[in-house]
Amino acid sequence: MKRINNPQALEEIREEIVGSRDPDKPCITICSGTGCHAFGCERVTEAFEAELKKQGLEERIDIRTTGCHGFCERGPIVVINPQKIFYQRVTLKDTEEIVSETLRKNNIIDRLLYSHPQTGEKIVKEDDVPFYKGQMRIIFGNNGNIDPTSIEDYLAIGGYKALSKVLTDLSPPEIIDMIKKSGLRGRGGGGFPAGVKWESCRNAPGDRHYVICNADEGDPGAYMDRSLLEGNPHSVLEGMMIGAYAIGSDEGYIYVRNEYPLAVNNVSIAIDQLRECGLLGENILGTGFNFDIKVNRGGGAFVCGESTALMASIEGQAGEPRAKHIHTVESGLWDKPTNLNNVETWANVPLIINKGVDWYTSIGTETSKGTKIFSLVGKVNNTGLVEAPMGMSIREIVYDIGGGIPGNGKLKAVQTGGPSGGCIPESLIDIPVDFDRLTEVGSMMGSGGMIVMDDTTCMVDIAKYFLNFLKDESCGKCTTCREGTRRMYEILDIITRGEGKEGDIELLEELSWVVSEVSLCALGQTAPNPVLSTIRYFRDEYNAHIKDKRCPAGVCKALITYSIDEEKCTACGKCKRVCPSDAVTGEKKVPHKIDPEKCIRCGACITECKFDAIEVA
Amino acid sequence: MGPQAIDRILKKYDYEHFAIIAMLQDLQDKENYLPEKDLEYISERLSMPLTRIYRIATFYNAFSLTPRGKHLINVCLGTACHVRGAARVLDRLKMALGIDVGEMTKDRLFSLETVNCLGSCALGPIVVIGNDYHGQMTPARVESTIKKYRKKSPRKKDEKD
Amino acid sequence: MIKFTIDGYEVEGEKGQNVLQVALDNGFDIPHLCYHETLKPYGACRLCQVEVTKGNRTRLTTSCNYPVLEGISVQTDTERITRARKMVIELLLARCPDVPIVKDLAKEYSVGEPRFKLDNDDCILCGLCERVCREVVGVDAITFLGRGSNRKVGPPLEINPKTCIACGACVYICPTNCIKLEETESERTIVRWGRTLPMKKCTVCGRSFAPWFQLDYFSKIIEGIPADFWDKCVDCR
Repeated sequence: MKRINNPQALEEIREEIVGSRDPDKPCITICSGTGCHAFGCERVTEAFEAELKKQGLEERIDIRTTGCHGFCERGPIVVINPQKIFYQRVTLKDTEEIVSETLRKNNIIDRLLYSHPQTGEKIVKEDDVPFYKGQMRIIFGNNGNIDPTSIEDYLAIGGYKALSKVLTDLSPPEIIDMIKKSGLRGRGGGGFPAGVKWESCRNAPGDRHYVICNADEGDPGAYMDRSLLEGNPHSVLEGMMIGAYAIGSDEGYIYVRNEYPLAVNNVSIAIDQLRECGLLGENILGTGFNFDIKVNRGGGAFVCGESTALMASIEGQAGEPRAKHIHTVESGLWDKPTNLNNVETWANVPLIINKGVDWYTSIGTETSKGTKIFSLVGKVNNTGLVEAPMGMSIREIVYDIGGGIPGNGKLKAVQTGGPSGGCIPESLIDIPVDFDRLTEVGSMMGSGGMIVMDDTTCMVDIAKYFLNFLKDESCGKCTTCREGTRRMYEILDIITRGEGKEGDIELLEELSWVVSEVSLCALGQTAPNPVLSTIRYFRDEYNAHIKDKRCPAGVCKALITYSIDEEKCTACGKCKRVCPSDAVTGEKKVPHKIDPEKCIRCGACITECKFDAIEVA
Repeated sequence: MGPQAIDRILKKYDYEHFAIIAMLQDLQDKENYLPEKDLEYISERLSMPLTRIYRIATFYNAFSLTPRGKHLINVCLGTACHVRGAARVLDRLKMALGIDVGEMTKDRLFSLETVNCLGSCALGPIVVIGNDYHGQMTPARVESTIKKYRKKSPRKKDEKD
Repeated sequence: MIKFTIDGYEVEGEKGQNVLQVALDNGFDIPHLCYHETLKPYGACRLCQVEVTKGNRTRLTTSCNYPVLEGISVQTDTERITRARKMVIELLLARCPDVPIVKDLAKEYSVGEPRFKLDNDDCILCGLCERVCREVVGVDAITFLGRGSNRKVGPPLEINPKTCIACGACVYICPTNCIKLEETESERTIVRWGRTLPMKKCTVCGRSFAPWFQLDYFSKIIEGIPADFWDKCVDCR
């Protein structure tokens, strides 16, 4: 792409791109997020390419590989445009039929459509699929319309209009005022008002100001930042550029988790494209604004999601946080004023500039404006990425969009906020999802992970899981976090092994107090949350483990036994074959038995048994 | 890695000290781990204390100071995978390979590591071997999955340890 | 000078000073393990807690890295502080039950038998050794390795730090005395790091007085000293 020297040139190029595209031209859109990669979307794409060539249709039908569509449970996802026909779980074998039937003859292939789990009704259009219908995909929705490695695609949907407007029509204080009025709060977990942060940073004295995009998404179970960065990197970059202009920064960093190679790749390509056409570098759009962005890869440390640890990492040090008496907006990266925001926060910025404050504030609740992207995962039917307006209830998200709990499971709790958050019990799922409401009930918004748990999830085990994670991810600097998380884990482990005693819960609560009050950084300060919230709502489950030596959910190995229900067993022998410790005995046609002495409760037999004959007690 | 190849990496980042993490990542991408001699060379070339390099190499999970197996097995222990039974899959893998997390099998074929959320939660529990994603893994399928990789890499006689 | 109060008393500090130092200078007894006035504050042990009121906000914070500010009021002995302090000591005691300084703290602040499984460590990970080596001595021989519950201090690869000059600064500064120095007729060893260096004998009195390696290092970095200065021990110079 040739250099874009000024705002008019930008609009001219945009018109050229849009003008050269026929909106009615058939296009096969293939979701190519990491999730669908795992499902083999690359081969599906190759198969389509080969099929189009074979049938001589390459000129008449486009193929576009896009970012994540969000409905990860149903990948590989193929959407046929312009009709927006939604095909799910597409395999290599289907590609020939899709080309011959749907593209050539407009015939819809029923078996590839999404069918409503209750009514069985087949749904043709993407927007009518219940998973999508309830959402408000103002940020994430564009993923399906663009190839993330194509700057032309981004320009075609209106990209960089906001940047152009900001550089020509608005002054930095005006931009900051807009962001303040929009009520945009940090989407990374802190929920701090972005506009206020920008203002403090701008006003902080210093010869250089930095902006950073925190893409170190470390909460296990959360992957929306990754999908946004993979699927629409330009939206994030545009946000950063607007922020940099408002704050007075000429250098930005994107810190991406090491485990996200596709995100690193796609954002690097986007940056190269921007440099090539002059939208990054010196004298952007001829306005005198200079700005460039570097990409840093993380090294595999959850603590580097904490802003001071992240900055230490960029500086080439170990990711040890430091005390925040002095805020990073005043003294951050290399002791200069630094503004750090999360990926999703940055992506909201161009939208606010383009659509205006009034439009943006009409979405959401009083204190939490706009939408939030959640990763809805765990024991839920429609696993995937969901974008909902703030204020939608957890029930609506889990049932209307998520399709409820699979199998015979009953909803037990929804965990939000990752290892810094808490579990919200079933009794409270009508609360609206917004920053303050979630904090009130002992959890937090966090980065947006929403883990659905059913009655086969043991809440003590969940607390133990999170503390196990935190004790290894702790940087180890401060006594309370390093020793405290380890000791909390030990106590939880003892409880799950049936060796808990009276007073353990109280000891956990006391440890929680000192770890949260005295630890250096937010990792330590929020580490007790999973323990405290599970004690708050599931104390009886703790007591069952401690007093009765029982695990009601049937998870904690030391407290359960597996046995075979004679009436259901068909003696197929599958369990016997997969048992690693020879605990299953049984002749042909005779119901099998499990020897409790040999059984290690590995669960292999349960997953193999097609007759549901293994009982957990 | 030879000094010239290391120099190329250092030059790529203009010998800047703050890029040390990226330099080590590039080194490990090529060597599959961080050899002692290479780290000493980097320390000398950059005039950076060796302790700083080891501080970083031992702090970040991405780095390994010991050689890793031919097939790197990564088990996702993200919350969603955990809720779907990832812990039991890990236990079964440990049993089947005879090693613990962070270790390598004697025949140098497999290294076992864990990762906290690969972001493919719809396929959980997920195990990644090399670049292959194995979704919806169950303890029962562990043995057969590993077998496929053993078959791919037959044991060579007289392999130096 | 910056004026503020500690426990109601008016005190003064200079810009850039931290609250702990001013408190200690004025006779306030705030326990601390990872702080040393010659080194940059680290804030790791969490023992030096105080409550600082700035404006209308009061917060519990470490005092070693909290900058002195005009008009703040600092409390060194409140219920919150006592509760925090006792738990920190209990955690340290559970980690290092046999370390004298930790046992003394436990006695002083009435911390009983820890309610956790006892470890047998001798290091509290205060970092004073690695900081003195880097900030004062300048040889950067040891560092923190690993993280979280696996964190420890040591040389790269945990044996024989190649830049260590066996000066003994780490031995001196360690609050738990877990770094030992041993000398024979001709060698000095810093036991914990596995560093043994041969000693040079004084040309005058014949006593071994310093490691060759150490003298080499100093002679390179300190200029303008006659060569034979390094041949004699301190007493004979």
